Amino acid sequence: MSQLGRDDLLTAYRRMATIRAFEERLHDEIKTGEIAGFTHLYCGQEAAAVGVCHHLADDDYIVSTHRGHGHCIAKGCDVKAMMQEIYGRAGGLCKGKGGSMHIADISIGMLGANGIVGAGAPIAVGAAISAKLDGRGKVSVAFSGDGACNQGTTFEAMNLAVVLKVPAVFVFENNHYSEHTGVDYSVGTSNDIASRAEAFGMKAWRADGCDFFSTFEAMRDLLDHVRGGGGPAAIELDTERFYGHFEGDPQRYRGPGELDRIRESRDCLKAFRSRVREFADISADDVDVIDGEVGTLIDEATAEAKAAPPPPPEAVLEDVYVSY
Amino acid sequence: MAVMSIREAINRTIAEEMERDETVIALGEDIVGGMGTAGGPEAIGGIWGATGGLYAKFGPGRVIDTPISESAIVGAAAGAALAGKRPIAELMFADFVGVSLDQIWNQMAKFRYMFGGKTKCPAVIRLIYGAGMNAAAQHSQSVYAMMTSMPGLKIALPATPADAKGLLTEAIRGDDPVLFFEHKAMFGVKGEVPEGEHRVPFGHARLTREGGDVTIVTCGRMVNFSEKAADKLAADGIGCDVIDLRTTSPLDEETILDSVEQTGRLVVVDESPPRCSLAADISALVTAKAFSSLKAPPELVTAPHTPIPFARELERAWLPSPQKVEEAVRKALAFRS
Repeated sequence: MSQLGRDDLLTAYRRMATIRAFEERLHDEIKTGEIAGFTHLYCGQEAAAVGVCHHLADDDYIVSTHRGHGHCIAKGCDVKAMMQEIYGRAGGLCKGKGGSMHIADISIGMLGANGIVGAGAPIAVGAAISAKLDGRGKVSVAFSGDGACNQGTTFEAMNLAVVLKVPAVFVFENNHYSEHTGVDYSVGTSNDIASRAEAFGMKAWRADGCDFFSTFEAMRDLLDHVRGGGGPAAIELDTERFYGHFEGDPQRYRGPGELDRIRESRDCLKAFRSRVREFADISADDVDVIDGEVGTLIDEATAEAKAAPPPPPEAVLEDVYVSY
Repeated sequence: MAVMSIREAINRTIAEEMERDETVIALGEDIVGGMGTAGGPEAIGGIWGATGGLYAKFGPGRVIDTPISESAIVGAAAGAALAGKRPIAELMFADFVGVSLDQIWNQMAKFRYMFGGKTKCPAVIRLIYGAGMNAAAQHSQSVYAMMTSMPGLKIALPATPADAKGLLTEAIRGDDPVLFFEHKAMFGVKGEVPEGEHRVPFGHARLTREGGDVTIVTCGRMVNFSEKAADKLAADGIGCDVIDLRTTSPLDEETILDSVEQTGRLVVVDESPPRCSLAADISALVTAKAFSSLKAPPELVTAPHTPIPFARELERAWLPSPQKVEEAVRKALAFRS
């Protein structure tokens, strides 16, 4: 909190509110059948993405997951271009060739959402190798979930990062579900992912991924360590997934009242609104104004995406290679 | 021109490119060798000798010895390439693509396309491939056909020291991901290599023999086998065009079709099992695009549809040979002649 001024706090809130509104709108629009393919919503985890990315500059890297919209927005991807991408439009961030699971913007260090669970961590270590060589204090963040923490790629990447002492950060967002399977079943270390990172020889933090301040403060300490040359580090964020694995998932694995309960007690936006007023010179009106602006942005983004043209058929042959 | 082995040509090319461009880095298992041992760094110098001396010259930041973690090696190469470096990763045996395949063909092959052409992934993966050293089923395969089938990758297979330099230089300086196949039984092959700048553009095959009676299309170590067969056949008055593809992706269709239009007879020599192979691919190409020129069915000289056996006699039986190529040429010529 102490390092966050009014502007910082409002920016963080705006990012979280944007993610929420973006995802809630997609949840509604997907039902109309207008959006093709598979979509995995980030609702509920906003504090994790924003609490991490609020520390990052454009020349720091992140590698995201199949549930990547929140990471993209938190890192600064253009929201309207993202919406067009999800609608499969020529004006999309990836010209309609990637879709929800492959949004990227290399120019701001967003090295891609990824459809393969666990694929991101080795890529992030590669960017960390590059960052270490450049010697400018940049870091590379791999977002992974409690599903990806069981992939061998993640283990390999953690070990390689420790061996090479590169500025890689492994963020494990534990939303308690690996697709449709509970962590109590699938994560052998008794629902404790951070201990795995520790076992690989790196320092690990644990924080509440439904609380921006908890995530932000833990990340501040973590990044002091990594940017100071202390080698890689990990953080496990305890968080919640408000929707299913994918849109259309009937979520029969949820307990009675579970979704209502987490919406009521684990909503990071509600928590932010109540806490921020204790500490800073921010009123309810300030936050309401942001909510209104975000709503307008998402309305515009959706309307523009619906009206935008699809890619021309000849685009199917473009962008395979730089040179042919 | 200097005479050197393929091993030396590769080693010098990597060193020259690292010297020229500080974004070029190398990584892989034991490419330094001896890390963390009493013998110290470079106790091995790379098991194929192709990366010896690089560590001493360029240091641990750019010559990165890795744990045995092929997914992480290839993935790190992909990530470093996205971040602006030009990594050269080594897969000690091409068979290990099985361990790292996701990072090769779901990740680096697709980044540019999935991201709408807004990025590039200039990574080179060196894969040491091929049979002939009795390394058995998991250390002898030629997986280039499988890799050629994946859009987004470029596939290079040098057959001479000069091409090793020229193609590797092109691979490193190009902006696309390249799988660079080095045959394990060819590292000692010597030949003349141009001094200074030498680039061989991808997609331009090399006509190593001109004969005019039969077209032999091949690549990698099979170029040498095909040349031996062609030289023997020439003594009997049978002339073969031998085409070394150099790269299977992109593919120089023009050189293949031009030759077949002259000869009307095609033999494809491919060091891999026949199904969905390079031989089948070239045969289909020629049949579709030069059908009216063909005087005989394409002859495919491949390994059988089996894993690669260990015993010397069995591996020899598995591999194509100059004699099998010669027989295929004679068969193609004998058809309705």
